[in-house]
Amino acid sequence: MKGNIIKYARDNIDTDVIIPGQYLKVHDYAELATHAMEGLDPDFHSKVKEGDFILSGKNFGCGSSREHAPIALSHSGVKAILALSFARIFYRNSVDGAFLLPIEIDQDAYDGISEGDEIDIDVSKNEIKNITKNQTYKMKPFSEIIGKIIAAGGLFKYKPDQD
Amino acid sequence: MNIVEKILARASGKSSVAPDDVVFADVDKVMMHDVSGPGVLKVFDKLKKQGIAVDKLWDPTKVWVAEDHFVPSADKLSAENIVKLSNFTKNYGIEKHFKYGMGQYGICHTLSHEQAMVMPGDVYVGGDSHTNTTGALGAFAVGLGHTDIAYVLLNGNIWFKVPETYYFKLNGKLPDHVMAKDLILKIIGEIGNDGGAYRTMQFGGSGIDDMSVESRLTLCNMTTEAGAKNGIVEPDQKVVDYLSAKGATNFNLVNGDADAEYSKIFEFESAEMEPIIAKPFSPDNTCVVGEAPSVELDKSYIGSCTGAKYEDLEAAAKVLKGRKVKIRTEILPAAISIYQRAMENGLLKIFLDAGVTVGPPTCGACCGAHMGVLAKDEICISTTNRNFPGRMGHVESQTYLASPMVAAASAVTGKITDPRDLI
Repeated sequence: MKGNIIKYARDNIDTDVIIPGQYLKVHDYAELATHAMEGLDPDFHSKVKEGDFILSGKNFGCGSSREHAPIALSHSGVKAILALSFARIFYRNSVDGAFLLPIEIDQDAYDGISEGDEIDIDVSKNEIKNITKNQTYKMKPFSEIIGKIIAAGGLFKYKPDQD
Repeated sequence: MNIVEKILARASGKSSVAPDDVVFADVDKVMMHDVSGPGVLKVFDKLKKQGIAVDKLWDPTKVWVAEDHFVPSADKLSAENIVKLSNFTKNYGIEKHFKYGMGQYGICHTLSHEQAMVMPGDVYVGGDSHTNTTGALGAFAVGLGHTDIAYVLLNGNIWFKVPETYYFKLNGKLPDHVMAKDLILKIIGEIGNDGGAYRTMQFGGSGIDDMSVESRLTLCNMTTEAGAKNGIVEPDQKVVDYLSAKGATNFNLVNGDADAEYSKIFEFESAEMEPIIAKPFSPDNTCVVGEAPSVELDKSYIGSCTGAKYEDLEAAAKVLKGRKVKIRTEILPAAISIYQRAMENGLLKIFLDAGVTVGPPTCGACCGAHMGVLAKDEICISTTNRNFPGRMGHVESQTYLASPMVAAASAVTGKITDPRDLI
């Protein structure tokens, strides 16, 4: 899966900046997308392109359980978030709702990847290729359950009884 | 096994579970509100298009609904969401719907204990991150998103990775004027915003035994701010008495085994505790009130599931009695039952005499939704739970998190104030 990076070099990007509380009453996915990252980067909506990835630090998506957060990012075109770590509800919302891939990266990838870099994520090899810089990094493999839910296309398509 | 492992083993039909096991647990109670409910409806619409049946819930008697975030309806869109929610509960036969303007209603997490909606030993999931609150009753209480809640509503179960447990031991009774809010801010300050991530945070020790159920609710509420999956306190006689007084008697206490294992134990000495605040823009950015920056506050907000339970209002009243507020101050009891007691016991008079605006139960400004949101550059001291940029309004407003006593004392002086300086 290939895409370009939008980098926010900071920790604790929380759901209040991903989609501010005033929009919690909005349930139109396209409208939510227009407010994605509004609390941190008012230019996000104009610069994000279909297929982009976001790169960030520790504890991405901390704060509220609002599914509006992965929805707003996903409907902005974001296909994956690469972060040093994720907050738990954002992580499971992203996977169970099949909105985007939460990819846990290590410090090498975090330091090595820059804004605008073209990246190729190969989940089958747990590998991230930086096409722009010709570097390769490891991604943390998904746990078994997460891998299966992603492969199924979300929690509702996953059949636990068939394990 | 510890208490969480025992609850999850029972709920998943296993003789034992251990951290990192993945289980599908049967859910005992599920909650949604005026934000997550319409979100779940969107998921149902999506499922319908995929040919998945959504015409019947697994068990409507185990579902309850609160109206709290944008109520009383903040605008046309939030009013429409309330109508959607009402139609939802009507169409699916959900009887426990707490509607504003119709008797008991309030913030969902407050109703969970005020109305005894959740019992010790329950697996309880809610469409809100502060569902953790109710772990203070000895339940496994976890916040989930819309898709997961939709899954629970249709299937009655959901997957969990059994969390490892951090045990926080409090030795001794908290000093006067130091509240549970101070303790949980201290803990978050020490372990960080992700210090409890994916884990259970369990509280125990003589200081917790001594605490009221309401104080324990404050502790469990803000485990969310440390990233925890859930917070929990082993249920004791206080929990039994608390629930019995509300007419709930049909429950079994689940407690951890004597040889229960914890992945880490943290100890705190009550005697060393002081009032603490979290400065902008993170709940882990803490300092003792004595070292707080000397800022001119614009507002004090005493509200939310975290800081507007009856005990919180009582603490604020102790400070505000016979005094006048110097800055804009709002007090919003977290549920009608609390509002009633505050009226009957004279707290409302103390607040109104002090110059406070008393509002209806609502999540309101806590999440920047409506009713008292902050303007650019406004600085607020608040009994709520988060202070990320824009949390309570404009992205360039600032929120200091504090206990109800500190928020009340600061309302009187206009500066961040240790309540011990006034009382």
